[in-house]
Amino acid sequence: MASQEILRGEPSRGSFINDPRTRSLFFQTLVVILVFASIWWIVDNVIENLRRLHIASGFDFLKSRAGFDISDTPIAYTSDASYGRALVVGLLNTIIVAAAGIVLATIVGFIVGIGRLSQNWLIRKICTVYVETFRNIPPLLVIFFWYSGVLAVLPPPRESIHLPFGSFLNQRGFYFPRAIWGDGSWLIGVALLLAIAMAWFVARRARQRQKATGQQFPVFWTSAALIVGLPVLAYLLSGMPLTFDFPKQSTFNLTGGFWIKPEFLSLLLALSFYTAAFIAEIVRAGIRGVSKGQTEAASALGLRSGPVLRLVVIPQAMRIVIPPLTSQYLNLTKNSSLAIAIGYPDLTATAGTVLNQTGQAVEGVFIMMIAYLVLSLVTSAVMNVVNARMALVER
Amino acid sequence: MSWVRTEMALAQPAPPGERGAYAWVRRNLIGSIGDTVLTVLGIAIVLWALPQIINWAFINAVWSGPDRTVCTTAAQGGIQPDGWTGACWAFVNAKFGQLMFGTYPIEERWRPILVGILFVVLLVPMLIPRVPRKGLNAILLFLGLPIVSFFLLVGGVFGLPHVETPRWGGLLVTLSLSFVGIAVSLPLGVILALGRRSKMPIVKALCVVFIEAVRGIPLITVLFFASVMLPLFLPEGVTFDKYLRALIGFSLFAAAYMAEVVRGGLQAIPKGQYEGADSLGLGYWQKMTLIVLPQALKLVIPGIVNTFIGMLKDTSLVLIISMFDLLGVVKQNFADPNWASPQTPKSGLIFAAFVFWLLCFGMSRYSMYTERRLDTGYKR
Repeated sequence: MASQEILRGEPSRGSFINDPRTRSLFFQTLVVILVFASIWWIVDNVIENLRRLHIASGFDFLKSRAGFDISDTPIAYTSDASYGRALVVGLLNTIIVAAAGIVLATIVGFIVGIGRLSQNWLIRKICTVYVETFRNIPPLLVIFFWYSGVLAVLPPPRESIHLPFGSFLNQRGFYFPRAIWGDGSWLIGVALLLAIAMAWFVARRARQRQKATGQQFPVFWTSAALIVGLPVLAYLLSGMPLTFDFPKQSTFNLTGGFWIKPEFLSLLLALSFYTAAFIAEIVRAGIRGVSKGQTEAASALGLRSGPVLRLVVIPQAMRIVIPPLTSQYLNLTKNSSLAIAIGYPDLTATAGTVLNQTGQAVEGVFIMMIAYLVLSLVTSAVMNVVNARMALVER
Repeated sequence: MSWVRTEMALAQPAPPGERGAYAWVRRNLIGSIGDTVLTVLGIAIVLWALPQIINWAFINAVWSGPDRTVCTTAAQGGIQPDGWTGACWAFVNAKFGQLMFGTYPIEERWRPILVGILFVVLLVPMLIPRVPRKGLNAILLFLGLPIVSFFLLVGGVFGLPHVETPRWGGLLVTLSLSFVGIAVSLPLGVILALGRRSKMPIVKALCVVFIEAVRGIPLITVLFFASVMLPLFLPEGVTFDKYLRALIGFSLFAAAYMAEVVRGGLQAIPKGQYEGADSLGLGYWQKMTLIVLPQALKLVIPGIVNTFIGMLKDTSLVLIISMFDLLGVVKQNFADPNWASPQTPKSGLIFAAFVFWLLCFGMSRYSMYTERRLDTGYKR
């Protein structure tokens, strides 16, 4: 009865070297030793190399004079400013192009994604061609296409293309009227905030009333009237303080107005058109992921096609859509570093210049990595909040 | 007495309004007022764009010529009539050698061509499921070919003249970078994914930190890192090739993404499979290679191929650290005064886009085919 004795006794451990815990401990010790040895070796080499190249390590270089110009500066910057400020300008440019790109890509992506599920054969095919084209070519190529292929061959300033609302398009970029806020225009802003707060309040009350009595209230139209009406009223009351500075054609160039440079324009268009193709696929997968039974059940309850979409399909589709959408937003932010290829001064481009001028390679790359990591984490955090609101509330 | 029918009634044909071309048009194009408006709009877009594209790319295009004069209008110093726009395929034609091989010496170009032929000869039987001896084929493709190609392309032995990597360029760089990147990143990604799911806390932490750090930064930063920082990491006097540095940065970057794809597959395998393998007495590596990974990798084929496609597209970024892949060579040639014309950039870029598109679209279609072939009804 040997087997029963084994069963009754202490569980057999086997030999010492076959014990998983010993092995795990051994392997981990080995890994730690290897990792630390290589880090030590690398750090040692870096210190030795820096000493040989006479480069002082540390972040003191951030305070010294930059001495190079940046073409797009959202905040005041001259070549006399410090390296630190140059990097901040670069970071702001990255944020601007990424934020604008995310908005545009989402709009185009949702339209194309819904178009791919359209009843209409022609619209479906056009959207498919769009998605299959942009998904399969490199984003850098799209950027070059807009920059060298489209924007660079537009007519010179003298023969600018006139667009509606007094805007112009030419080789040097896109010009449109700049809004000038006069005295008392703060009233418009206040009115807008007030309108949004009131719309929120109305929506809340309407929801409560519908829960209690079943009566519905036209929330959308009321909110729209509030949000458009109140600022317009404030504008009229405060004596119409808003004027526009229109771009004017002079002999060689356009003066006045707001000027968007071709670098920014081509980067923005390329990033958003490229990412939109991926977002379209995500939206399509999300809507198709909602089972047909849901739509049919909603129809059986007597809902019309509008409310079926709004109350049943879209909330469930968003649950599927948001996580991959977040990673596309992160991709777009990271792809904005391609700006360096056409000379838009984003974070990578300015950090690259700083790195070349000072030779502070370690610090420069470190700053770049940290900045992108932080941007990614912030985007993820925002999208996680959105996701948590959309997620299925289970018991 | 009730009457019971003994034979089935024959099926009636669908009403005339529900079949044939007219029904299809009614259902798919003019189903409702909104639909009709969309159709008209769509037709307008197609009618506006398609003739322009065909005109530009084929009818007005210039297919061959000695220099820029054939692609410019009289006002720009060429021979075309004023107002002419058309593709300048003559530019692509004239630069074709460069677009394929960069500045690889002309008398040595049979070497990359031979590598290309070997690649196709080994790849095609690999892709056709019915051809036998997949194991041998895979070893030749993923181990034999890189070694042979290395000696063929770099040279310096067997009487072949040495060709430095800065002279490589064009499609040669695009394909070699992405092929080696794929061959390295898949095994590395599998190991990282296994490490991330390991029960050993230190191994797990290292893998998580590596994967998340790399996924959080753009490829350009990684390439900067590889080209600027790697030399600093090595002892004085030890340098290695820029191409190799780009390759290392590129493979590590792709491995982090691959690891996340593979992890998805590992998580989708039910716990019973792991426990079943344990109860059979299999060790860790036996369990993984015989039971878990074959199922997990099969599940994530679309994800893996998407990563491959991403890598192929990302090779174009080596341009930033001044290496010239297909796109880089096109870009470089915009500056050629012999071919400077308003149509040259567009034509060159569209040619490059077409090549990238063919490769990526082919890959994605093949992955769909494989997915269908391997589908054993396991997926939910």
